[in-house]
Amino acid sequence: MIHKKIKQWIFILSGLLCLVLAAGILALCTGSAGIDFTRIPDILLHGKDTTQYSILMGIRLPRILLAMAIGGALSLAGTLLQGMFRNPLVEPYTLGISGGASLGVCINILFKFYAVIGIAAYPLFGFLGASIVIFLVYSLNRNSTNIRSNRMLLTGVMISYVASSLVMLLMALSHSDDLQNIVLWIMGSLDEPNTALIRIACIGSLAGLFISYFFCMDLNALLLGDEEASNLGINTARSKKILFITASFLTGLSVSVAGIIMFVGLIVPHFVRMMTGPDHRILLAASFLAGAAFLTVSDVIARVIIAPLELPVGVITGIIGGVMFIWALSKKQVTL
Amino acid sequence: MTSDRAIPVLDIKDLNFGYGQTPILKDISFSVNPGEFTAVIGPNGCGKTTLIKTILKSEPPDTGTIHIQGENIEFLSNKDLAKSMAAVLQSIDPASMSVRDYVLLGRLPFFKRYQFFETQYDLDIAQKYMDLTGITALSDSRITQISGGERQLCAIARALTQEPDLLVLDEPTSHLDITHQKRILDLITSLKKELSLTVLMVLHDLNLAAEYADRLILLNKNDHKIYAAGSPEEVLTESAIQTVYQTHVKVRPNPVSQKPYVFLVNSQNQTEEPFTKE
Repeated sequence: MIHKKIKQWIFILSGLLCLVLAAGILALCTGSAGIDFTRIPDILLHGKDTTQYSILMGIRLPRILLAMAIGGALSLAGTLLQGMFRNPLVEPYTLGISGGASLGVCINILFKFYAVIGIAAYPLFGFLGASIVIFLVYSLNRNSTNIRSNRMLLTGVMISYVASSLVMLLMALSHSDDLQNIVLWIMGSLDEPNTALIRIACIGSLAGLFISYFFCMDLNALLLGDEEASNLGINTARSKKILFITASFLTGLSVSVAGIIMFVGLIVPHFVRMMTGPDHRILLAASFLAGAAFLTVSDVIARVIIAPLELPVGVITGIIGGVMFIWALSKKQVTL
Repeated sequence: MTSDRAIPVLDIKDLNFGYGQTPILKDISFSVNPGEFTAVIGPNGCGKTTLIKTILKSEPPDTGTIHIQGENIEFLSNKDLAKSMAAVLQSIDPASMSVRDYVLLGRLPFFKRYQFFETQYDLDIAQKYMDLTGITALSDSRITQISGGERQLCAIARALTQEPDLLVLDEPTSHLDITHQKRILDLITSLKKELSLTVLMVLHDLNLAAEYADRLILLNKNDHKIYAAGSPEEVLTESAIQTVYQTHVKVRPNPVSQKPYVFLVNSQNQTEEPFTKE
């Protein structure tokens, strides 16, 4: 029986890995430089000194890796939060964590902390903002008997509004060059020239996945509610704390590197759950991979749809995600 | 599930609990011996569920101690506690996992650190208790798609899969029809015999409690203490129910089991005597 389950899981994971690879290859082959699809293997193998090689390896590949890391991180954060709150509508964006992270990054840009701390100031401030929001949402709803209640979601939405208003306030008060920085960054783009940040994003999101796996059984038990989980021997307070920090870290990281990208954390876990069921042992990795593939493909669309101009990738995920989600809702009941 | 005859499975001493200034439980002391089925009864709001919560360590008592198998639960980790005690709460509200996956969660306290998969032993145990509770046919259905009574059976199977010394149930039959009430209580009684399981159950229904439990503990809402404890015949007297529930009832022996049976009397008929005195 268990072997059947493991076989099924391996099948799902290898399918998703193929999907990620296919998305990566598609992204590598598309772009405004007009590199012929059939010549790509040749360029990669023999043309190390050509401009085309540097476009593929120096511009497209880092962007693909970043898309995969961010897509995986956002989707994983959504999965963790939905599991903990037992609410299928929870994700970094609806809980206001993305808003908090963006406020943190804005403060960093305005007060030029990056000049002091270095490039790591972006993810650091994103993480700080995200943590403060998640702490607020959780402590404001701590006494509510039913943590699934929409009260928490409303708190998140309100905090999200406050955060975006504060961002606008900061923008209104800032100099024009800072303003441009903030606007560009808020639009949400995976066009990140800084390789150090890309490296941080890749390592960070994989680390998040690694840490989450230590708590996959705790998450399974938490699906039954806090009380049942602790009757099953889970130290719920500790597990939740670590998982909250992990989710804030993943969100802060994504927002600080790529701006606000909506809906990935909401829809990807849903579609994956329809396929795998609610068992977090498969769900965590599957969500990560599916999120990676989804954001990579969305970025391809964002790059080519009005080429040579580019759309912010958040626009694409918002539109595709929203439409697909409504379609799925009308087809099948969405549960955890 | 074997237990030492010398020590009680559950031993509560001088337990006090309150929310702020409002007392809920006062000077509660009782013990449950191995293989005994004890039912906690009392009116709404008398603290039955709170008592269960303190035993399950969800709410720490203000004063007093709770020992399970001779160990003070205050010093036991959740995990160790889950190995000796399993709980079935009023209703379960799980995700759309399969019945088998749900029952298998009962093996969680026995997972080693960094263990991700159930062993063959875990699967066998889960299968054994699914067979015993009669839910094997449902094992691939989703929990969300089965009836309330079947869910309660799944919850019992999950609790048994923990192989506990003490099974704690909080009104497991409260939303169920008589078929399922009987099925669940018959099951608990037979499990008690076959597995020499010790059972502590909160029950709302006095007649079910009298019919099935070996011992009753009647909580009094007025002074937050135990009003009476003992066999159903000792506890369920007309005067005790009159005092604790402030309701006029008649108690007569059940014609089949001879256990006390509580009859409610419509206020308009109270002057008449519909039963012959024995």
